[in-house]
Amino acid sequence: MAMKESALAGTDQGISNPRGLPITGTFAVNPADNITGYKSFQAGSFKFHRDEYFCYVTTPSGVHVMPADAFLRALMRDVAWGFFYGTVNFDQVFGTTNYYGEVDMFLGAMNEAYTDAGRDFVERFKADKLMDVFKQMISDWTNEGYDPFAAPMETGVPWGIKNGDNDDAVSRERVTARRMVGLPGDTPVRTDANGYPVNRMFADVPQDQPEVHAEPGFEHEVSAFNLFAYLSRSDVTWNPSVCSVVKDSLFCPTSEEYILPVEHGNDRCEWFIQLTDEITWNVKDGLTGRPRAVINMKAGDCCCMPADIRHQGFSAKRSMLLVWENGSPKVPELIRQGLAPQVAVEF
Amino acid sequence: MGQYTTDFGSIQSYKKGGVTAIDDDPKRYVFSNMFEVASKSAPYDRVAVAKNFEYVIESAKAEGESAWFSAAHDEFVVSMDGKVRVDFIKLDDPDALVDPESEGAVKLAGTPDGTNMGYVVLGRGHMAMLPVGAAYRFSAAETCTIIIQSIDGAVTQHKWAQFCQQ
Repeated sequence: MAMKESALAGTDQGISNPRGLPITGTFAVNPADNITGYKSFQAGSFKFHRDEYFCYVTTPSGVHVMPADAFLRALMRDVAWGFFYGTVNFDQVFGTTNYYGEVDMFLGAMNEAYTDAGRDFVERFKADKLMDVFKQMISDWTNEGYDPFAAPMETGVPWGIKNGDNDDAVSRERVTARRMVGLPGDTPVRTDANGYPVNRMFADVPQDQPEVHAEPGFEHEVSAFNLFAYLSRSDVTWNPSVCSVVKDSLFCPTSEEYILPVEHGNDRCEWFIQLTDEITWNVKDGLTGRPRAVINMKAGDCCCMPADIRHQGFSAKRSMLLVWENGSPKVPELIRQGLAPQVAVEF
Repeated sequence: MGQYTTDFGSIQSYKKGGVTAIDDDPKRYVFSNMFEVASKSAPYDRVAVAKNFEYVIESAKAEGESAWFSAAHDEFVVSMDGKVRVDFIKLDDPDALVDPESEGAVKLAGTPDGTNMGYVVLGRGHMAMLPVGAAYRFSAAETCTIIIQSIDGAVTQHKWAQFCQQ
């Protein structure tokens, strides 16, 4: 999740383009529909519109329909994560693949049945241009009281005709500690006073703080905070934030509840450390969507997603997950050259 | 207290999940459990439970007092299940003890020369910085587990075949 700053900032040189696609430069935001009140959007040959229940993606190869809640939760992550590492599958048909500066948007291209039938459709965009359309879409299609970052039981409903907005929620800035949460001048800890109450499913998480006995002059270096309490107060789900940094090694813990809103298709290895409770991951082949494995993670479990799969997590009770990322700018180039490992450790 | 109970796990009591392969090799997921790794390790053996290029996450059993460690970069420690004290010394000459171009932690011989910076006492889920230029030492009256965000180095142990699902 540490890609946001760099995801849109690629250069024309060295950007992978495995399909050899030209850049599509046509974008449009159309006036609000007279009946539903929602705007419609166009990026290249992709057209997007929504009604009271559904969101529609129309391409020359066909129309794809998704429930509005699932579409908005996925769109929110794609926007918040700057197209993320690799592929963001909104579902088994529609999604985006990030090439760090440019993005492929596809219908069916990561679905074996679609590709076998020749029904897949892909176009390529400058990342910042497509992101601009996506940001306008999430803003217009999110109604007052609905927060696509929140667990379903903790927010309103996305249904119905256009009814206000929730721009405060959909424009949240991702929390990014520069060194460690709680250090003077760095990301502050979460408290009731700064608007982060303890989540209902973490009411039993101790809120004590570590003893810190810094000698005079060392207050900036002798520092500690309660990470579990910090995570118990997260107001979002499936949205990791950087809490500590060792060069390009980024601890990005997060609180998880219900379902990861996307099937994340890795382009690099990605580690999960289960800090509390339990998550089940359905793992599929990255290119075809064929099932590969089911992974059950309990507190203390450590597991790496290989670089050639897609994964989707299910967390019945809100849990704490440490997502561990390598944000090195050298990684996209290694991926482009085919030198990035598919598996983190061989033994 | 609400109706939900958070399962933290500990070195004394943990449940381990696993990989159910459908069409894949479970080894590719490098699946282990940090509490199991710590429970079967000597105190303060720093065993890698995650590795991403040069970076690692190490699991260690905290029990009694450790040696002094230092590194040429920041590291971070999380106490997973108990009380751990971390003492800090600002090194008089850090480059003499740790090559400034090196990566990963170095175990120091004896108590290094430097200035007392203070200490922290961590409970379950607490994170502390192990700052560059300092030496640090762990101590725990009761056995518990720590994880350390670091870089693969001289003290990092690799026992993947011993602990990961085959």
